[in-house]
Amino acid sequence: MESKLIKRRKIKNALFQGALMSIIIFSIIILLLLLYQVFKVGFSHLSLSFITSMPSRFANQAGIASALAGSIWTITLTILFAVPLGVGTAIYLEEYANQKSWFTKIIQVNISNLAGVPSIVYGMLGLAVFVRFLNFQRSILSGALTLALLILPVIIVASQEALKSVPSTLKEGSYALGVSKWQTITGVVIPFSLPGILTGSILAVSRAMGEAAPLIMIGAAGYIGFMPRSPLDSFTVLPIQIFNWTSRPQAEFQNIAAAGIIVLLVLLLSMNAFAIILRNKYQNRMD
Amino acid sequence: MKKKIKKREFIIEKSLVIFASITILTTLAIILTLFGETFQFFKEISIIDFLTGTKWAPTLSPQSFGVLPLLVGTIMIAIFSSIISLPLGLGSAIYLSEYAKKRTRKIIKPILELLAGIPSIVYGFFALTFITPLIRQVLPQTQVFNVASASIAIGIMTLPMVASLCEDAMMAVPNSVRNGAYALGATKMEVALKIVVPSTSSSIASAFVLAISRAVGETMIVAIAAGQSPVLTFNPLESIQTMTGFMVNMSLGEISQGSIEYKTVFAVGTMLFLMTLIMNLIAKGILHRNKERY
Repeated sequence: MESKLIKRRKIKNALFQGALMSIIIFSIIILLLLLYQVFKVGFSHLSLSFITSMPSRFANQAGIASALAGSIWTITLTILFAVPLGVGTAIYLEEYANQKSWFTKIIQVNISNLAGVPSIVYGMLGLAVFVRFLNFQRSILSGALTLALLILPVIIVASQEALKSVPSTLKEGSYALGVSKWQTITGVVIPFSLPGILTGSILAVSRAMGEAAPLIMIGAAGYIGFMPRSPLDSFTVLPIQIFNWTSRPQAEFQNIAAAGIIVLLVLLLSMNAFAIILRNKYQNRMD
Repeated sequence: MKKKIKKREFIIEKSLVIFASITILTTLAIILTLFGETFQFFKEISIIDFLTGTKWAPTLSPQSFGVLPLLVGTIMIAIFSSIISLPLGLGSAIYLSEYAKKRTRKIIKPILELLAGIPSIVYGFFALTFITPLIRQVLPQTQVFNVASASIAIGIMTLPMVASLCEDAMMAVPNSVRNGAYALGATKMEVALKIVVPSTSSSIASAFVLAISRAVGETMIVAIAAGQSPVLTFNPLESIQTMTGFMVNMSLGEISQGSIEYKTVFAVGTMLFLMTLIMNLIAKGILHRNKERY
């Protein structure tokens, strides 16, 4: 025999669970709706010529060739700057730094604050420092340096987590064999933490790939009618091209914006998939 | 041989110190450039006019630099987006940590991560081409660019962040505490709302503040869906301009260094930087002061 009170509490619990489940289902539906909307609008405009054509005043002739090339250039340089710098900083903080010194503490607090700075503020930094002060102009180089600073905190934090997971017994074993500190780091610590470092870095890079705001701030153009050939060329990237098309009133341009989004999402998803495959491969080797 | 290794080790350590210092340099550079230009700005425009003026027209003549319309627009976006992200994020977290089975969690968490990984430009497109028409079907007086649509998109985008921060905190509550309550006959809902949520309240509060800070700094969604009209309004169905929206809009045109327009962008950027910095520090402060120990 259940008393009325217990029954009421059980009903309440069931209702609560139902409410929570509908929140989760809502999130899933939103994700599906978003993908459906993008594919419905954009899929029919996706073609080989869309990928190989330059942007145009006419929506049916416009393509993403220069934006795609700009994105690839920018992201490649961003990786070259941000990953060594981020992983190096993480190695310093985890393996070398005296955890109690004021210098280490300031760096730690500073990194977590930098992670919360809005991306558009990094754009202003890039504009003032890279574009104007160092006079790199509105180039791929300025854009890549700006994005590198933007994702640096993310890479550092992810790499630190990965480095922390290395068991100290492994390191001590290496030291006991008379191996130097740097050799231990390159031979033992980094191989062990590589899956974590890679996953964190790829996620950070895919964030950089989707950013438009900081690059608009440094003055990346909305219309580029040529393929960039060097890091000092002016450029545009996929997200800016998409923004440019989305903000036009004509429906045809919104259609090709959706097609551009499909290309961007495919790139981002394949990067994430690549991260997972790499992680699994190295994990197997460690076991 | 030994000397050589020692020398190499020394050089490596010192180069790593330089690497680590770059993060400090970044912060210094942000502060110097923002505050430098802003200082120049306030030489020309009175700070009181800037902070209390209700007319924002830096590119029209006569020029007017009252930042309140941008500030109100930004705050509206922050408030309306948190109406979505905070309860739904917290609800998802409670479901994941208290109700969901391991297998369910394994399916739902990647979906939330996927939602979090979609670039904001895509949410902007979704807001303009899907959410706005939907709102206009229900409320036909809604303008094409409006606060509500952008807020909903930002709310959905920040939901996963709230969920994952809250869930991490809830998962750290030891099961012995829950089992104690179950042994007394508590239902899952009672355990969730009377034990888990109160004991993680500081993490939840901190996650909420971070989500609001993210909404304040969000740029592309508002640039696409919220409009470019800096009018002082409290109606979420009207077009506004946020601080970030203004900055993007200005940067799309040519602005020459040293001009008042250039300095205006930096003055607004400084305000944005200070607002988000203060919120992030508050979020960290809440977390540090009330750290729960088991």
